[in-house]
Amino acid sequence: MIKSPSPGVTVTRTGEQGAFGGELLTVNFGPHHPSTHGVLRLIVDLDGEQIKRVVPVIGYLHTGIEKQMEALRWQQGVVVTDRHDYLSPPINNLAYALAVERLMGVEVPPRAQVLRVIMSELTRLASHLVWMGTSGLELGAMSMLMYCFRERDTIMDMNEEISGFRMHTSYIRPGGVMADSTPRFLEMLDQFIRDMPGHIDEYEDLLTMNPIWRSRTIGIGRLTPEDAKVLGATGPMLRGSGVAWDLRKSIPYSGYENYDFEIAVSNDCDCYGRYLVRIKEMREAVKILRQALDKIPDGPVNVDDRKMLPPPREELETSMEAVIHHFKLFTEGYSVPPGDVYVAVESGRGENGCYIVSDGTHKPRRVKFRSASFVNLQALERMALNHMVADLIAIIGTADAVLGDVDR
Amino acid sequence: MGIEELVASLGDNILTTTLGKVVGWGRGNSVWPAQFGLACCAIEMISTATAGVDIARFGSEAFRASPRQSDLMIVSGRVSQKMAPVLRVVYDQMPEPKWVISMGACASTGGVFNNYALLQGVDKIVPVDVYIPGCPPRPEDLLNALMILQERIKAQGIIPLP
Repeated sequence: MIKSPSPGVTVTRTGEQGAFGGELLTVNFGPHHPSTHGVLRLIVDLDGEQIKRVVPVIGYLHTGIEKQMEALRWQQGVVVTDRHDYLSPPINNLAYALAVERLMGVEVPPRAQVLRVIMSELTRLASHLVWMGTSGLELGAMSMLMYCFRERDTIMDMNEEISGFRMHTSYIRPGGVMADSTPRFLEMLDQFIRDMPGHIDEYEDLLTMNPIWRSRTIGIGRLTPEDAKVLGATGPMLRGSGVAWDLRKSIPYSGYENYDFEIAVSNDCDCYGRYLVRIKEMREAVKILRQALDKIPDGPVNVDDRKMLPPPREELETSMEAVIHHFKLFTEGYSVPPGDVYVAVESGRGENGCYIVSDGTHKPRRVKFRSASFVNLQALERMALNHMVADLIAIIGTADAVLGDVDR
Repeated sequence: MGIEELVASLGDNILTTTLGKVVGWGRGNSVWPAQFGLACCAIEMISTATAGVDIARFGSEAFRASPRQSDLMIVSGRVSQKMAPVLRVVYDQMPEPKWVISMGACASTGGVFNNYALLQGVDKIVPVDVYIPGCPPRPEDLLNALMILQERIKAQGIIPLP
């Protein structure tokens, strides 16, 4: 086993001289620390209270997901994609499903596309709600957690209604979606869309003009647009630095080109800017949900391909061919033509890409996730330099790294 | 009946019980968990603490940031080989008596990840009192596990030193 330091905060002296006449101190921050959004460990060099160096140590949640997928059949892999960025499971499913579909040359029916958009936007909302609740909690706005998780629970109830599961839905699959939406789901969604703008106003009342929140975030963790681009930041990190780049607009997928929404951008380039971007994105997500619900077409939710998806239950009793298809699918699965493909979607954290290589068999040769959190974490040192150590909490918070996504 | 009237009616009476029962009752109703989130289950653990299911009803809302102030470790999520020694250090830092809930399939058995990176069950490094199935379990499942643990703590009373 790898030797590990004490899991809390430990301090060692470096012997280097700081600018204030003192010595630089190395502070070990994490991996078991309440404010690191999971098991992130940072080695921070401090001059007094000023941060001079930040080295993230990752891998405390390394799960071997990419390797695991090589041992699973194409349709089984969906279940594992849920669990790498555990705050946005359907968006991970979507990246994987789109990649598999592109290799197979399959186009899903319009109803499935709209359902995919609905699930993606609900997840984006849930992810931002968890971000806002926990970041608020860390900076002292404890009630944020209660309010945000109240709405998140409504989304979880909707997930449960449509897929039978609260968090890891595995709802979006290669070839379509798991099942059609129930009438109750659409009713719940309609009610949710009506309620949500009022709730977002409520969060803004609590935070946007809150003097403590403003003084903890304005001017903290500055990231210039050039730095953000050079360091490969995506999502609210990039848009919070004033770069209007959103994959839903720039490389539309799953019919996002048919929706009317704006890219949330803020020119503040600091923690507050990233907060504003997320608030705006939540409002835009509600707008997209409304449009999706209004124009959801009728029709099938899966491709009509017996080689890829099992036949309906009732066919099994009358058709020998259906039984054979069913048996083949559940014993060896389907095979994907040889080749490689990269598909990226916009998750709550940024560009969530999936690169798959197929050698023509029923299992992937290689699956690689380009996770937004991992790349965004690179910008941490640039943002934290010369700030006070207490500001590190705000900076980690607004970077919104999910450690499952970083380590995979 | 108000508490004042109750006190008045009791007068100078004495309640008799065993010391073990009182201690067990006290310990069982104030189990403070360590704030030790690992993966997906940690999000459901946070849900358990919020208004919807409200773990405060069972006296466990005080998630302590320091293991030295906590009685219960909720292993919420998958434990990697790199995290395992850290988890053991946190467990060792907790004062006796202490309990462990293994939350979710990954913490209990490795779950869907039967591979090189994950510890196949946290019971390989710490003794587990209650296992919760599910991936992740619902917040209600965590509450149920806590209630099972409370029953056990109350029945246990004072554990004699070995």
